[in-house]
Amino acid sequence: MALLEAKAVNVVYEPNRGQKIWSVRDVDLRLEQGEFVGLVGESGCGKSTLGFALTRMLRPPAHLEGGIISFDGQDISALEGEPLRQQRRNGFAIVLQSGMNALNPVRDIAHHFADIFRAHARDGEDLTSGVLGTRGAALLQSVQLDPDVLGRFPHELSGGMRQRVSIALALALQPRLIVFDEPTTALDVIVQGAVIKTIKDLQAKNSFTAILISHDLGVVLDATDRVMVMYAGRIVEDQPSAELLRGPHHPYTEALLGCYADPRADEIHLGGIAGSPPDLSLPQTGCSFAARCPLVEDVCRSIDPELTALGSGTAACHVRAREFNAQMKVRS
Amino acid sequence: MTYLTRKVVLFVITLWAAITLNFALPRLMPGSPVDAALAKLGSSGIPVTNAERHAIEVQLGVPNTGLLSQYGSYLKNIATLNFGTSYSFPSETVAQTIGKALPWTLVLVGVSTIFAFVIGTLLGVYAGWRRGRSADSVVTLGSTLFAAFPPFWLGLLMLYVLAFKWNLFPLKGGYAPGVTPNLSPAFFLDAMSHSVLPGVTLVITALSGWVFGMRNNMINTLGEDYVTFAEANGLRTRTVALMYAARNALLPNVTAFGLSLGAIIGGSVLVEGVFSYPGLGNLLYVAVTNHDFPLMQALFLVITLSMLVAIFVVDLLYVRLDPRIRQ
Amino acid sequence: MTIATTGPPPLNPGDLAPTKVAKASSLPVSLLFVGRALRTLWSNRKARIGLVILAVVILIAVFAPVLAPYSPTSTNFQPYQSPDATNWFGTTGNGQDVFSQMLYGARISLFVGLAAGTLATLVAVTIGLVTGYRPGVIDEVLSFVTNLALVIPGLPLMIILAAYLSSRSVWTIVLVVSFTSWATGARVIRSQASTLRDREFITSAVFSGERLFRVVFREILPNMTSLVAASFFSAATAAVMAEASLEFLGLGNPNTVSWGTILYFAQQQNALLTGQWVLVFAPGLAIALLAVSFTLINFGVDALSNPRLREK
Repeated sequence: MALLEAKAVNVVYEPNRGQKIWSVRDVDLRLEQGEFVGLVGESGCGKSTLGFALTRMLRPPAHLEGGIISFDGQDISALEGEPLRQQRRNGFAIVLQSGMNALNPVRDIAHHFADIFRAHARDGEDLTSGVLGTRGAALLQSVQLDPDVLGRFPHELSGGMRQRVSIALALALQPRLIVFDEPTTALDVIVQGAVIKTIKDLQAKNSFTAILISHDLGVVLDATDRVMVMYAGRIVEDQPSAELLRGPHHPYTEALLGCYADPRADEIHLGGIAGSPPDLSLPQTGCSFAARCPLVEDVCRSIDPELTALGSGTAACHVRAREFNAQMKVRS
Repeated sequence: MTYLTRKVVLFVITLWAAITLNFALPRLMPGSPVDAALAKLGSSGIPVTNAERHAIEVQLGVPNTGLLSQYGSYLKNIATLNFGTSYSFPSETVAQTIGKALPWTLVLVGVSTIFAFVIGTLLGVYAGWRRGRSADSVVTLGSTLFAAFPPFWLGLLMLYVLAFKWNLFPLKGGYAPGVTPNLSPAFFLDAMSHSVLPGVTLVITALSGWVFGMRNNMINTLGEDYVTFAEANGLRTRTVALMYAARNALLPNVTAFGLSLGAIIGGSVLVEGVFSYPGLGNLLYVAVTNHDFPLMQALFLVITLSMLVAIFVVDLLYVRLDPRIRQ
Repeated sequence: MTIATTGPPPLNPGDLAPTKVAKASSLPVSLLFVGRALRTLWSNRKARIGLVILAVVILIAVFAPVLAPYSPTSTNFQPYQSPDATNWFGTTGNGQDVFSQMLYGARISLFVGLAAGTLATLVAVTIGLVTGYRPGVIDEVLSFVTNLALVIPGLPLMIILAAYLSSRSVWTIVLVVSFTSWATGARVIRSQASTLRDREFITSAVFSGERLFRVVFREILPNMTSLVAASFFSAATAAVMAEASLEFLGLGNPNTVSWGTILYFAQQQNALLTGQWVLVFAPGLAIALLAVSFTLINFGVDALSNPRLREK
């Protein structure tokens, strides 16, 4: 059974009365236990919103509209209050983008851990500060931090250290699914690499399911087994990472890869993607990438493509789907 | 410069500035307060010694002498608590009159401030946490209304209903008439029953500043990432509301403490007047009515200095609350 | 995998929509602005109530001569009367009609509130902008003065000033009240101005040679309108209360009729003990309502500037 399954998930964001923005549109996805999946797209495509929706962290003015999210077979889309809180132990967790601000400025790290342990304690669990301190120290060591960080306050730690502490705190829940929302965006390049490596090692060791959300395709392709590409609130491609690097199927993914270049090459051609993403407060007809797509045809403007089998995964493109099916016919 | 050093330096400088302002004020005013003061004293029939005359002149302005020497004498007088003689209470020095009234005001204002702060903060946390729901509207509107009641009006109403009509509390004073203040439990109880109405009036009018500040701070704090992360980690609601949100929302309120204190002190002047409560505020009322300038000056100085000291103490306490300051 | 960053992607010609250029016209724009502000305030429920109350008070003040049945100062009536058919609110100890006094009293309270509020806000804006925008000696000195003014208790200072000043005109009250209430606004405006100072649009304006005056008034000030408005309404609230307090203490002009003086005479004549609670209740309630209206309007202004506080 899949660990996480989402069907027809929509997220609506209502900043003012009467204004509705569909940040996530009709998303289906399925994650098995132990997978390390990347979720990639440009700013505003809805990837963070989707991550929040999957971990039931949406707050007004955003809300889930239609769709089912089930975790380990149980429908969590309507869970609220105490049952939801209890699901978080040994369930799903999220590590936020800004490690800077994710820690309480007036509490030291030891208390951060103690708060979590106490909140999810089972009967008979030893909650003395000595024991909690040992557990906290062990978690810090698993993210390559010295145990004496326990006595420090958040403002005494660097950005990278705070991000690691956030990860360690999420691990305290012993979750089966962790969503990492842009974990390295606010960090400099060298620290980025170290944090990603830590996440990879943790995932390999503890075999939790992980979703790595980032706008940086490079980071994602490097770290994950499978990548989902999002555009304008929908998933447009879903492939194993190695395959995506070799040959992307969706024109948007192709364009994204085209934005990168090998700095060691003799000539560097940097591409961009002309145009801008559609306004999601208006209803969309047809493929939302049609306005910027080099392969656009009439059918693209009127019918929204579904995710269909392409390569080892799926992609949502009429043109590519047709080409792929033609190839399949030729082969058979 | 560390936070503490900076605060001490600021305290000393502001202290000096307040004292100097008190020196400058009567000398900047049109007319001659000195002559008026001396005339008043003379007309009350009490002989004025040269020392007393000198003290009044030093306080209010000696004609035809250098400002600097006046300033020197002024500072010396303050250091020795020599404020001259009041003519509302000619049998004692100003220092003695103030000394008798000071404890009453300290207790009244001190206790009321603490109550107003605690209750106001808790209400603000509650309103901010339940933002948008009926509890929030009730608390917000209630506080707005109560803040708009002039303190003396609220005092008069309470006096009328609770003391006059229903006889639940005494009508005036700090203690029963004819009793001399002492340290017995009986007196203590008597004093308490006289403090209830003025105290409640002060607390009600001072409440709203804390409620609003805390509510708005809570709303801003609740949008912070560390609150979201705490909820994501499944912390209990009470922990998130108090230790993550309220604890941080409290900080700006504490730094703003000094401003609210000024308002409570102003309110206490009016409330003490209404209830004839024997504190500094009532003295100020009496002094103003009698054009008793020496008393007024000294009172102003004492009130300002008390406020400065209170603010300084709170600044020191802030270090305990915010670890980012302790460098 | 290496990442190279580039500039903005090439635009298709069709992507460039013509942008509207704002014309720098004077009066019609400011009127439009006020109109828009009023409409936004009106949409906030609390502010709407405040605006209505304020409008009622303004109407009463303006039309007092028409609405009042008698002259407020004539002592024709039986003193110490309870409310009856001739005198809806009863009479004072001097035989004056309280209802007429209440209507005329609105004038002074409203005038002092608005005038002192305006004066205090003008001083606060000036000092706040100067200290916030130009760090240096002037800034240090003025901020120290501001902090000192904040720390000195307001009402005692007002009392002392009023006691020294022999004239008891309304303008004295306005001056005394403004003198003690500019500091809060100045501090708030100063911190906002110094935040804005570091923003890029200011740096670019200065680099492009705009003179100081223009930068302050054309660039910074429009970004602080809601802050200035909030300052004004806070100052006005404080002014109304301060004026009432001063008059209650006998530091106002006993010959004028205002809500505060009604309370002063009521207290002098022991109105509560003679059972004339209307004499105490009515003016106090009126003062409270006027103060509440300013505070309620301020709720709307707050919501304008801080989206998190907006009502859903």
